[in-house]
Amino acid sequence: MIHFKRLNDLLSRKYWAPVSAVKEHKGEAMNTLYNFVSGPLAWVAFIIFFVGCLYRLIRILVLVHKKEKYIYTYMSWKYSFRSILHWVIPFATVNWRKHPVLTIVTFAFHICLIITPIFLLSHIILWDESWSVSWWSLPDSLVQAMTLIVIGSCIFFLIRRLISPEVQYVTFASDYIILAIVAAPFVTGFMSYYQWFGYQVFTILHILSGEIMLIAIPFTRLSHMLFSPLTRAYMGSEFGGVRHARDW
Amino acid sequence: MAEPAKKVEEKKIIDEGLEMGTEKLTQDRIENVINRVLKGESGARLKAYVDTCIHCGLCSEACHYYLSQDNDPRWSPVGKVKQTLWEMIKKKGKVSPDFIKRAAEIASTECNLCKRCAMYCPFGIDIAYMMLVVRRINHLLGVTPLYIQDTAHSHAATFNQMWVKDDEWIDTLQWQEEEAQGEIPTLRIPLEKEGADIMYSVIGPEPKFQAQLIYQAAVIMDVAGVNWTMPATPGWDNSDMAMFTGDNEIMGRLKRAHFETAARLRVKKIVMGECGHAFRSVYDVGNRWLGWRMPPIPVVHAIEFYYNLLKEGRIKIAKKFEEAVTLNDPCNVSRGGGLHDKARYVVNAICESLVEMHPNREYNYCCCAGGGVINCGPPYKMKRVEGNRIKAEQLFAAKARGAKVLIAPCHNCHSGLEDINHHYGLGMEIKFIGDILYEAMEKPA
Repeated sequence: MIHFKRLNDLLSRKYWAPVSAVKEHKGEAMNTLYNFVSGPLAWVAFIIFFVGCLYRLIRILVLVHKKEKYIYTYMSWKYSFRSILHWVIPFATVNWRKHPVLTIVTFAFHICLIITPIFLLSHIILWDESWSVSWWSLPDSLVQAMTLIVIGSCIFFLIRRLISPEVQYVTFASDYIILAIVAAPFVTGFMSYYQWFGYQVFTILHILSGEIMLIAIPFTRLSHMLFSPLTRAYMGSEFGGVRHARDW
Repeated sequence: MAEPAKKVEEKKIIDEGLEMGTEKLTQDRIENVINRVLKGESGARLKAYVDTCIHCGLCSEACHYYLSQDNDPRWSPVGKVKQTLWEMIKKKGKVSPDFIKRAAEIASTECNLCKRCAMYCPFGIDIAYMMLVVRRINHLLGVTPLYIQDTAHSHAATFNQMWVKDDEWIDTLQWQEEEAQGEIPTLRIPLEKEGADIMYSVIGPEPKFQAQLIYQAAVIMDVAGVNWTMPATPGWDNSDMAMFTGDNEIMGRLKRAHFETAARLRVKKIVMGECGHAFRSVYDVGNRWLGWRMPPIPVVHAIEFYYNLLKEGRIKIAKKFEEAVTLNDPCNVSRGGGLHDKARYVVNAICESLVEMHPNREYNYCCCAGGGVINCGPPYKMKRVEGNRIKAEQLFAAKARGAKVLIAPCHNCHSGLEDINHHYGLGMEIKFIGDILYEAMEKPA
């Protein structure tokens, strides 16, 4: 198993070295902060993320059950997946084809956003250290490229919000905040990886911003991660089963 | 990017219905009604739509108003939600009477509920539904455009859209029967024939202004040997403007009367004339209000009915219509019912050549008359016509490729396109499928 070897390499070198450096040279304050954000706060963030997501999903389903039960009678697995499938494939819908640049960026962004943190070796090491679970990882160079893709996409989205009139018109402060929440873990992660300066600070900020994003997902419009498959499935079912028309 | 050269100066539209309704508003009433609708009547759909929208603006180019107004973001689907529902939610219903007036104008006269944007939103958010929620709030606040409110009153009082009196209805049918007997002496328009296969229903404007359409339908029925009937009682009108004013209670009463009339006549099916919004009301919206997943008695739109008659050979074509035609797919039967391919079968069977307009089928642009917008009457006519420049461009392109006649199998499309035709100097002739079918079919000598 290749990754065990690399894991051991890294455990002895890259990951542990700076932490021990912190311990030896930078005093207790930074160390305490690191332990706090990577320990209890990480627990809190993950619990809020999972419980929050579950809560939001259950709440919406209870609401459907209470007030719009008819929705169930129109739902169709076939048409739900037909619709979702079209929309998760780049250029498979009219509107994706109308906006080729946006389509490439948004797909690259979402794929990298989800894949990068899960298959980053240093994250896997942390899982391994705490829970003795590990899995396949991506080469660091690829992860770096993917991180840059996420950051670049965020800049693209920001510029789009600023200059495209139809987006600008429906942009609120919260849209910029959400964008910042998503960009922050990647920017700080990139900074801490290269250890150019303020490594400890960036590592702590990286963990902290990751936790903020996790907590924000269920309670901001980042919850489109949870709800968009549901809204898409419903519209797909209506178009397939009742309207007999394409919805892509 | 340069500023658009012509900035259209917006003329203030005065609508008495909105003015007088707004005058009577109080802050408390606004707040109560908004919260009653947002918290009480609506549920998971609205919540999911509002929470899921990431304000990306990708719905914009779906909207014919947006495209026709030089991509002015105020006319984009999400832009209209921003100006109405988001604000109401954000302020928890504490919005001003003037805000309500403007919201009524946006939801009732700047959106046709065509649902094209639902096909362009990556999340499938139903903005037409959200505009209907706004219309519902406006209805409960008594702030609705005058003309469409008058038709809703007509529905409430007479169960038809055009204040057609019960005896006038029967009289009109008998008049058309006599007219048609000039052509086919044995022809009948069977009234109240219990146990017929089909009840034929029309919209109020047919007996009021377009009685020849009933004549044509009667000839088609007669030649095809259909066992059909029309009711002599209220319930004959399948149209429904209450659905578009947000008056769901009246909508429910209308649809119940319609279905119960068909049930009383013990027919197997309801066949309806070439109308889009009535199809939406009977097939999609009204039936659901009454608790029926699908219509309790099958509803067959004229397009599908003609398709069946031609396919089964019950109607034969004597001479195909010669001039090149183009076909406008009505939103409510195409995007709303998937009848676009059957429409093409019918048109190809009765016409020599069909020139497609683009986009077409379920992707077609709305005519800008639907969703009750044309029913909001003369004050909004120019807004509606100028709000669909893109349709004129679409039609000019079809004309350039040879189309001379425009087929619109929907009453609203028909009237809306007529205005566009006139305003932009398109010079096309507009017809129903029935007009051409009646001309082209074999009739007894």
